Amino acid sequence: MLPLKDIRNGLMVAGWFVFLTFPLMVIKVNPVEKTIVWRWPNMLYVAAGSFIAYLYVKLAQKNKKAAILVACWTAYLALPLIRYFMYQDISILIWDTTTSIYAAVGAFHMILTLCLFHKHHILRKILSGIWLLFIGTPVVMLLAQAAGKILLPKIPAALHFLTPFIITIEHIQFWNWIRILWVALACYLLYSSLQTYLASKRNIMPDHLTNEPKIRWSQYLYKRPVYLPLLTFCSTFFLLFPHLFSTYQVNIMISALMYVVLGLGLNIVVGVAGLLDLGYVAFYAVGAYSYALLNMHFDLGFWVVLPIGGILGAFFGILLGIPVLRLRGDYLAIVTLGFGEIIRLVLENWNDFSQGPSGISNIDRPPLPGVDLSLEGSIVYMYYLTIVMVIFTIFVVNRLQDSRIGRAWFALREDEIACQAMGIDKMKTKLTAFALGATWAGMVGVLFAAKTTFVNPASFTFLESAIILCIVVLGGMGSIVGVIISALVLILMPEYLRAFSDYRMLVFGAVLVIMMVFKPRGLISSVRRTYTINDETL
Amino acid sequence: MEPLLNVQKLTMDFGGIRAIDRLDVQVHAGQIVALIGPNGAGKTTFFNCITGIYKPTAGHILLQPPGKKQKRLNGLKPNKVTEQGLARTFQNIRLFPNMTVLENVMIGMHCRTNAKIFGAIFRNPQTRKEEQYIVDHSYSILKKVRLQTFANEYAKNLPYGAQRRLEIARALATDPFMLLLDEPAAGMNPQETLELDNLITQIRDEGLAILLIEHDMKLVMSISDYIFVVDYGKKIAEGTPEEIAQNPAVIKAYLGEDVEHA
Amino acid sequence: MVPGIVAFTGKFFPHSFTLLRNVADIMDFFEPDYFIELLFSGLTKGAIYALIALGYTMVYGIIGLINFAHGEIYMIGAFTALIVSTVLSIYGFPLLAIFILAAVAAVVWASAYGYTIERLAYRPLRNAPRLSPLISAIGMSIFLQNYVLLAQTSDFQPFPALVPDFAFMEPVAHIVGSTDLVILVVSVIVMILLTVMIKFTRTGKAMRATAQDKKMALLVGINVDNVISITFITGSALAAIGGLLIASHVGQINFYIGFIAGIKAFTAAVLGGIGSIPGAVLGSFILGLTESFATGYVSSDYEDVFAFSLLVLILIFRPAGLLGKSTIEKV
Repeated sequence: MLPLKDIRNGLMVAGWFVFLTFPLMVIKVNPVEKTIVWRWPNMLYVAAGSFIAYLYVKLAQKNKKAAILVACWTAYLALPLIRYFMYQDISILIWDTTTSIYAAVGAFHMILTLCLFHKHHILRKILSGIWLLFIGTPVVMLLAQAAGKILLPKIPAALHFLTPFIITIEHIQFWNWIRILWVALACYLLYSSLQTYLASKRNIMPDHLTNEPKIRWSQYLYKRPVYLPLLTFCSTFFLLFPHLFSTYQVNIMISALMYVVLGLGLNIVVGVAGLLDLGYVAFYAVGAYSYALLNMHFDLGFWVVLPIGGILGAFFGILLGIPVLRLRGDYLAIVTLGFGEIIRLVLENWNDFSQGPSGISNIDRPPLPGVDLSLEGSIVYMYYLTIVMVIFTIFVVNRLQDSRIGRAWFALREDEIACQAMGIDKMKTKLTAFALGATWAGMVGVLFAAKTTFVNPASFTFLESAIILCIVVLGGMGSIVGVIISALVLILMPEYLRAFSDYRMLVFGAVLVIMMVFKPRGLISSVRRTYTINDETL
Repeated sequence: MEPLLNVQKLTMDFGGIRAIDRLDVQVHAGQIVALIGPNGAGKTTFFNCITGIYKPTAGHILLQPPGKKQKRLNGLKPNKVTEQGLARTFQNIRLFPNMTVLENVMIGMHCRTNAKIFGAIFRNPQTRKEEQYIVDHSYSILKKVRLQTFANEYAKNLPYGAQRRLEIARALATDPFMLLLDEPAAGMNPQETLELDNLITQIRDEGLAILLIEHDMKLVMSISDYIFVVDYGKKIAEGTPEEIAQNPAVIKAYLGEDVEHA
Repeated sequence: MVPGIVAFTGKFFPHSFTLLRNVADIMDFFEPDYFIELLFSGLTKGAIYALIALGYTMVYGIIGLINFAHGEIYMIGAFTALIVSTVLSIYGFPLLAIFILAAVAAVVWASAYGYTIERLAYRPLRNAPRLSPLISAIGMSIFLQNYVLLAQTSDFQPFPALVPDFAFMEPVAHIVGSTDLVILVVSVIVMILLTVMIKFTRTGKAMRATAQDKKMALLVGINVDNVISITFITGSALAAIGGLLIASHVGQINFYIGFIAGIKAFTAAVLGGIGSIPGAVLGSFILGLTESFATGYVSSDYEDVFAFSLLVLILIFRPAGLLGKSTIEKV
């Protein structure tokens, strides 16, 4: 257990945070009516929260496994409470109590197995199977319930026997507990076979050879047996998405996918070429407004403006790039930030041009030739358009990174002087990266205007640039997969945190800090391509 | 015969400090020329002036590429200098640490190839052919410096001596007719230095001219065809290794008063 | 209310107070009173920018990080001052005591926040890739904004006028307000103190040494961690004073004031050459004056556009800022 010293330090940390948050958390004044509200309970929450958080971090530093264990415990026990606060629905609370009992028993087994038995002891394997059974079951139940809720209305009644856990008889749904046991058993088998497999892998290397550089888990993603099934699963999921989920969900997913494209675009500039651009949203605004204005004044359609938006983005990229790209890192950052703000402010104030803060509405949605789309239909159409855009972007960005130009970008990020000495034109290479990044922002801007049918300057604040930058850095600079994952996480997370409405941006900020502190290199580090060379022919 | 590189009265000032003072240096085809002098004598500054990283205050840098018109290098950007056929390595190694060894060499071929964005995206046959050529040629250069086994390693994971050789390989990939080596043997053990000696001679024998800065006198004396000695930015002597070894001014400025210990 | 000041408040609350100029206003252009008024408004603005910009530039100089959360520190300083002064005024303290105690509280708590942020969000990232602390800073900024939003309120809070109208200022009160004078005087005193601290004290020397070369500073026995903490504390204290002064000048605050002020101050720091302390002050005054005159004589709608255009222009001609040294990288 934790030594007394840690507990004493924890108390000191708690005291510090109580002091720190005292005026803002405890006192609430009304300067007009001259009244004070003292909120003493807040003080207690802060103290308890910081004390526990400190102890947890200490525990995690000492014993990772134990920390995970504690996290599991907390998560499972807190789950019903959280769900209760989210939905204010007592029935869900009751249901979750049973799952948390399962979880508690599972966690108990987990402690037992971790503490009592030697690594390769047979009992440990059996026990760990059992705890998985107990912990896995509520997880599967939760997932199944969620899936059931979403799927049931979509699936014709005749096919309901396929949904694993719920039987519907005349609109009354029953839980099929037997099937849950089956799934649990399947989980157990899967787990034990996985363990056997891992153990066999571990035993190949004698102990003295295993101190080779540790392979990061993310590198497994690049192995064929891992990524192929994953890819199949993901592509099926994304293709079927609009048919499985509600229009609301589809809309959220469209914006998340747009951020994927924006992230990949900025990844060329920041992640690959190493140019810190804090005003990326300016090019996004250029694209959006070019569609809005061209559509309003000249009645130009989506498909005509899409390339125009890209070209205009690139044009502005070059326009800005020529004077500023010779600036060093952080100077470049602030100038691009300034440029982003200039564009936004001009849009906000130049009423004759952009209709000012009220923005432009009634922009045409993208038409599907020959078909008259309903609102719902056009959202689904929009979804597939965005998917196509994402695939196109991944394709292009991937090829660019693997090309002569892509290599030059990477090299430029690594060492500018050596790069020039190798005959690479610094300005030209930077400018291509900058312009290409802007092209993507321009195109997504057009897509954005078409999706929302409304643009105003408030959509293009610095916060947007900051979020896109966060996507790139959090994903792992230069890594395409990382950018995709982090875009989905960062954009979907605040959306699904809407249940906590007020707290979601607070959590978002905290997550950014925590992720950076614990994974400063991002989720997935980019891996350089290896070349296979047939030595005989040379 | 016209020298490949003819530097006349090169002067470089930093603020009030004159780092190079009216320096004349000539390098002829097929020669290994060494530039020696105590620390801070302005040797690396000289390299930086020639390769366009610094803009010299005065003087002329004239390059005579074989079979082409003479070209004045003053004020040219570093990448343009490299395009003229003048490649360099760096004193404090400047590889691309997070790229593979092979990619480091491939970067060197950037200025000799010309795939554009269009080619990169659509991978037309021409681009594919060029890409294949880049890989093959880079690999053959790696073989020349005996780094082929490390081709897919990250450059930062190479041992020190190998990193120095990789710098040379990368410079060779730019297809130069003249190579500027800035202390290629620094930090190498005797065995590695010997290998380097062979490598440099081999490169010379393939027809490249070499200008090198080096502190390892044994190496300099054994491979150089001609030596320039610089101190406080001024040239104090020049000649063949034998002449330099006898030159009293050099012995005083560079090797110190005590000849026995040199 | 005097137009310059209206423009000034308009900067912080873009749509509430903007004064649309019409043709009649053009007549004001040539009046010396109007010019002096704009001059003082610009100087006041510059002084506030300088107080915030100093924190940016000190932190940047020492660990090379754009501390995006710095604007939030300034906002927290203003809020602390608001809370303390309201509580004290309810208990019937005299105005001077309220002003001093509110200032002390703002400085203490803002410094505490600065210190804590550095410990939690930046220190673990000292050896991380360059952009990671930046993201951490952005996250911290978002967190603190929402923290104040949730702990206090999202509405604008009226801020009590902590500076009385001085009798001796009566004759010029229509041009220069008493608060302007206090802001100028206080910020000049604070800047002089800071200069003295950095130039002559042991801590100041340690700071300069750390800024030049962290490893070497460590080798000669400077506790680099402490020096960095002190830098954050000093910067935060300056920002808190700025927050207090501007809040009592403008008369209302909310959780979002830190963001735009932070960006402007950072612009000022870069303008002067980031990392350079006189540069930050110079940049701030130039920025303040430019904004003031541009809004006074051209249009208040494009105030920020002028600021950023000035930045872009100056950086194009002097890539390292006005007083920044363009370092030649050793090859």
